[in-house]
Amino acid sequence: MQKYSVFSLVKNALSNHENWDLAWKDPTPKKEYDVVIIGGGGHGLATAYYLAKEHNITNVAIIEKGWIGGGNVGRNTTIIRSNYMHDDNALFSEFGMDLWRRMSQDLNYNVMFSPRGIINLAHSDAQMNTYARRGNSMRLNGIDAVLLNREEVREIIPMADFSENVRFPIFGGLMQPSAGTARHDAVAWGYARQADDMGVDIIQNCEVIGFDVSAGKINGVRTSRGDIKAKKIGLCVAGSTNILAEKLNMTLPIETHLLQACVSEPVKPVLDKVVTFGAGHFYISQSDKGEMVMGGDLDGYNSYAQRGNLPTLQHVLTEGIAMMPFLSKLKMLRTWGGIMDMSMDGSPIIDKTHIEGLYLNCGWCYGGFKATPASGWTFAHTIAQDRVHELNAGYSLNRFNTGHLLDEKGLGTKTWIS
Amino acid sequence: MRSQNEFSYGGDATVKRPELGKEISDQDWDNFVYNRKSLRGKHWELWQHLSGCRQWIKVQRDTATHEIFKTLKANEDIS
Ligand SMILES: Cc1cc2nc3c(=O)[nH]c(=O)nc-3n(C[C@H](O)[C@H](O)[C@H](O)COP(=O)(O)OP(=O)(O)OC[C@H]3O[C@@H](n4cnc5c(N)ncnc54)[C@H](O)[C@@H]3O)c2cc1C
Repeated sequence: MQKYSVFSLVKNALSNHENWDLAWKDPTPKKEYDVVIIGGGGHGLATAYYLAKEHNITNVAIIEKGWIGGGNVGRNTTIIRSNYMHDDNALFSEFGMDLWRRMSQDLNYNVMFSPRGIINLAHSDAQMNTYARRGNSMRLNGIDAVLLNREEVREIIPMADFSENVRFPIFGGLMQPSAGTARHDAVAWGYARQADDMGVDIIQNCEVIGFDVSAGKINGVRTSRGDIKAKKIGLCVAGSTNILAEKLNMTLPIETHLLQACVSEPVKPVLDKVVTFGAGHFYISQSDKGEMVMGGDLDGYNSYAQRGNLPTLQHVLTEGIAMMPFLSKLKMLRTWGGIMDMSMDGSPIIDKTHIEGLYLNCGWCYGGFKATPASGWTFAHTIAQDRVHELNAGYSLNRFNTGHLLDEKGLGTKTWIS
Repeated sequence: MRSQNEFSYGGDATVKRPELGKEISDQDWDNFVYNRKSLRGKHWELWQHLSGCRQWIKVQRDTATHEIFKTLKANEDIS
């Protein structure tokens, strides 16, 4: 593989950039692999990469029904953070933060990781207390957290509404300075390029349509391009989890919902943090191109539509304008949606299943982009060793049965309002 | 025709609470509280006309196109 560097850039410039290697190949599927990963999103690609890199398992195929990066990994708003209160979530996410910091070097691909900090705004004394508690829990787990008062917040984001007569005045906020954003496509492409180089087959335009299970064991998958045998199969299909679960006669604690996001026209740099509104669901950051990147609530009913409806967008942007009134002057450039695997406690599942050789990675809700490296790393471990790692032990499938829920927000099972 | 804004979602309408006073397994309880099919296509679900008459109804809707096929009163059985 050609290493990307300033030298290779100069060298290729001399030949008009016509001689770059392809970043990954387009192989025809083999009849059998050691491991098949279903889904070429961030998690599937990262899993294949860590299977090869950490466990020396390279006879691996990623089966993707469309093109890699066409799912949620290419549709999200790229917020990366580890500001969780519960130990299982905090330790897993902070392990991921370490991988993020090294990712561009590890993958020899600039993923533009930008640890610009995230501020969750508080709009009442009660909310300040809750944030103090969450911040303390984070610090006990070695994660950076700073509680900001109103004046400190005003210094950082003066463009927010600090006037007196507002419905939700800003009391302060909780900041995780090391949180940030990254370029989502680059993450998918970076993992794909390295996985391909280590021998993984990335098979696109190939849909898994069924499974070959006998005597409680998985033997392979049926795909639109023929049957493929494998003793180990990992499911990383995010918003399509319910569809494939049904083909396995499994009913999971997951519902499929739609989340929208939008960007404004590009403007000059105005916001150098990620900011979330604390009295509803709205968050915002500014992209390198200058667009304001915004999102918020789910559309509110089960959906596979992959594009949203207006009422939710209107509602979310009303919150945005309440928080930062200047937004009302901007034109909307694009809106889009992705289908989410909403779990019943808001936390993911990375586990084995009752079918031998079948492994499950799902339930990412709207927070799975930041989890990409840690999810790939732990899922690869779970598949390679046939047992969960301590980092994903809390993300078991049977926690719903035993009552060990990881409900960070305490919202319960109404996934569409979470 | 009423605006979507007037309605509030109540989830999968096919989920049935296990009968009171009967012995039920953990699995039955799990299926009631947590496990959902949530498939692409026709889906029976509960909606409330929250900013209106406040009645609960059952609606059969396509989860990919949002087309509505049938509606029932809350106490009518899905056939
Ligand atoms: C609008 C929006 C904003 C978001 N914002 C954030 C954020 O700020 N921070 C954050 O951390 N997370 C965010 N998320 C969530 C995050 O994007 C997802 O949780 C994460 O990307 C899911 O993992 P993935 O990348 O592997 O999924 P995907 O990229 O969706 O990968 C799944 C792949 O499986 C493929 N597939 C499905 N069925 C089959 C089949 N039968 N056969 C073969 N292939 C199949 C799909 O085509 C798809 O490519 C957001 C999501 C959305 C939609």
